[in-house]
Amino acid sequence: MAEIRVENVQKSFGAFTAVKGSTFTIENGEFFVMLGPSGCGKTTTLRMIAGLELPTAGKILLGGEDVTFNRAAARDIAFVFQLFALYPHMNVRQNIGFPLKCQGMASKEIRQAVEEAAKLLRIDHLLDRSVTGLAGGDRQRVALGRCIVRRPKAFLMDEPLGTLDTEFRDLMVRELRELHNRIGATTVYVTHDQLEAMAMADKIAVMNHGVIEQFGRPQEIYDRPATMFVADFLGSPPMNFLAFRGAVAPGQRSVRIGEAELAVPELREGQSEGELALGVRPEHIRLDDASPFRGAVFGAEYLGTTQIVTLDTAYGQVKARLPADRNVKAGETVGLAFRSERLSLFDKTSGRALRSALHGEAGHG
Amino acid sequence: MSGLSQAHSVVAPSTATRRIAGAIVIVYALVTLIPLLWIIATSFKTPPDSIAYPPKIVFTPSLEGYVNLFTTRTRQSPEMLAQLPPPTTWYDKLVRSRNMVIAGPSNVIPRFVNSIIIAFGSTFLAVFLGTLAAYGFSRFRVPLKDDLLFFILSTRMMPPIAVAIPIYLMYREIGLTDTKLGMILLYTAVNVSLAVWLLKGFIDEIPREYEEAAMIDGYTRLQAFRKAVLPQAATGIAATAIFCLIFAWNEYAFAVLLTSGNAQTMPPFIPFIIGEGGQDWPAVAAATTLFVIPILVFTILLRKHLLRGITFGAVRK
Repeated sequence: MAEIRVENVQKSFGAFTAVKGSTFTIENGEFFVMLGPSGCGKTTTLRMIAGLELPTAGKILLGGEDVTFNRAAARDIAFVFQLFALYPHMNVRQNIGFPLKCQGMASKEIRQAVEEAAKLLRIDHLLDRSVTGLAGGDRQRVALGRCIVRRPKAFLMDEPLGTLDTEFRDLMVRELRELHNRIGATTVYVTHDQLEAMAMADKIAVMNHGVIEQFGRPQEIYDRPATMFVADFLGSPPMNFLAFRGAVAPGQRSVRIGEAELAVPELREGQSEGELALGVRPEHIRLDDASPFRGAVFGAEYLGTTQIVTLDTAYGQVKARLPADRNVKAGETVGLAFRSERLSLFDKTSGRALRSALHGEAGHG
Repeated sequence: MSGLSQAHSVVAPSTATRRIAGAIVIVYALVTLIPLLWIIATSFKTPPDSIAYPPKIVFTPSLEGYVNLFTTRTRQSPEMLAQLPPPTTWYDKLVRSRNMVIAGPSNVIPRFVNSIIIAFGSTFLAVFLGTLAAYGFSRFRVPLKDDLLFFILSTRMMPPIAVAIPIYLMYREIGLTDTKLGMILLYTAVNVSLAVWLLKGFIDEIPREYEEAAMIDGYTRLQAFRKAVLPQAATGIAATAIFCLIFAWNEYAFAVLLTSGNAQTMPPFIPFIIGEGGQDWPAVAAATTLFVIPILVFTILLRKHLLRGITFGAVRK
């Protein structure tokens, strides 16, 4: 097990730059998730850590050792691929034992190690089956077995649950996290699914266009998004943005949007007259007839315990998560109240969150 | 319920469709197999039976065609034959009954061996080079990749025989005419383009994760290629090998032009048999029958792969 440090790593493919100077440290034993839309550079970063791609610039340290230009085989890491990459011409036992065979271990020891790993993953009854007939979840377990059996310095996983059914995916999310708790291996996990990331990660890095937009604990990222991209990417439905023009000064505790004066966490920095956006999570909205901020009900999605109500306001469409028993009628005009201590203010031009009592210095990638 | 069970299914063919399909297959099989069956039958006829009119479908089988194929014979006068010691073997007897004696073995065995060496040798080389090239094209950033692939394909855009004269002159200059090496190189050159294109398709279908997984697990690229890619490309390699082998085995034009003895293969040799002492159709048919067997065996052994090779790309996994 080891700490992984990525320093100013860049990767270009011809004229296209996939990763633009990322720097971060993954602590020993941490479950680290790189989250972002497809093409954001997260897989390329992972492949550079694995040694499947060489960085154009920068350094990668594994347990303090510079491995930037080492071959993949010389790095002592294990990789789980999206398509699992189980060898169809080998059975489960041979697949799990393959890395040990590569290392030239004696077959008796391989047998023992494979059985241990299989027991840990509860697939010991499948060992002599062919991998082609296995269900998605079991294939995933075999792929994990192939990693565990080596006791590597780190696990790298590239969207390993991407091809599974939702049902299996929820199960595997729990299992992966449990497995991590048991063996405590440093893990780097790449996904575009925010729910997977939130459910499993100790730390998340949100990437976009080859840049890490924010790096932090899941709750930190959800509650205090550093950029509008992060705010929009996490949460379902995502954060609402009320776009308005104005200027703000440090120490200010409210912003004026049209008629309404809305309380916000005390600002720590100012912004001259320009385009701003107030970020509100759907669950931080409630209906309040007394509120001067008005919106017309557009529609509602019933979700059982809650409902998502879409409202048209003068500052854009807003989605609110309301208790399911609250009756709303389409077309009805209602007042909206926000939980003031949970609001974020963004500079709309740069997309950056302004520092406030809620948003400290931390979090800016 | 009965309405449901009688409902028209889009997937399962109706009885009528099945019958029509069956009829088409039978007709096609008859059209393609009857000439082959006729050749095999002819190989077991006597020369008079082979040219009898109306054609004989029921006949007394004879091995005369095969005996004639494997031997050279000389015609003798009856007085001369009477002076000879009595024939010792069944084929001696058969030849004597036609007023001839066996003068020695014919060239068929060396020609057959030539065919085997040249066809299998060139197939092996073409598939070997093709697999490596296809892997390279499939996995690496090759400068001018598309142009190179097009260039490789363009070598098949004209009939190979169009370059027969330049190749003949070239081979004469460097002493490759009528050598097995020359023929192997020539067939390899023709087949390698087919092999590269076919195999690139197959290798493209193998996710590169397999070799990457093997490389992470401690193999070098070459080892990963051998242990992870080759086993999965086996189907494609087998299909490609059959296509290459069929071409090299059956090739006639170059063989006629470039070989005369030492490296002559079966296709130019078979028609040559006709000329030896009258129109010996049973011997020609016997040669053809024997000629078909190796390719038949090879195809049956690999037919599972061949089917996949023909339909490959039609259905994505």
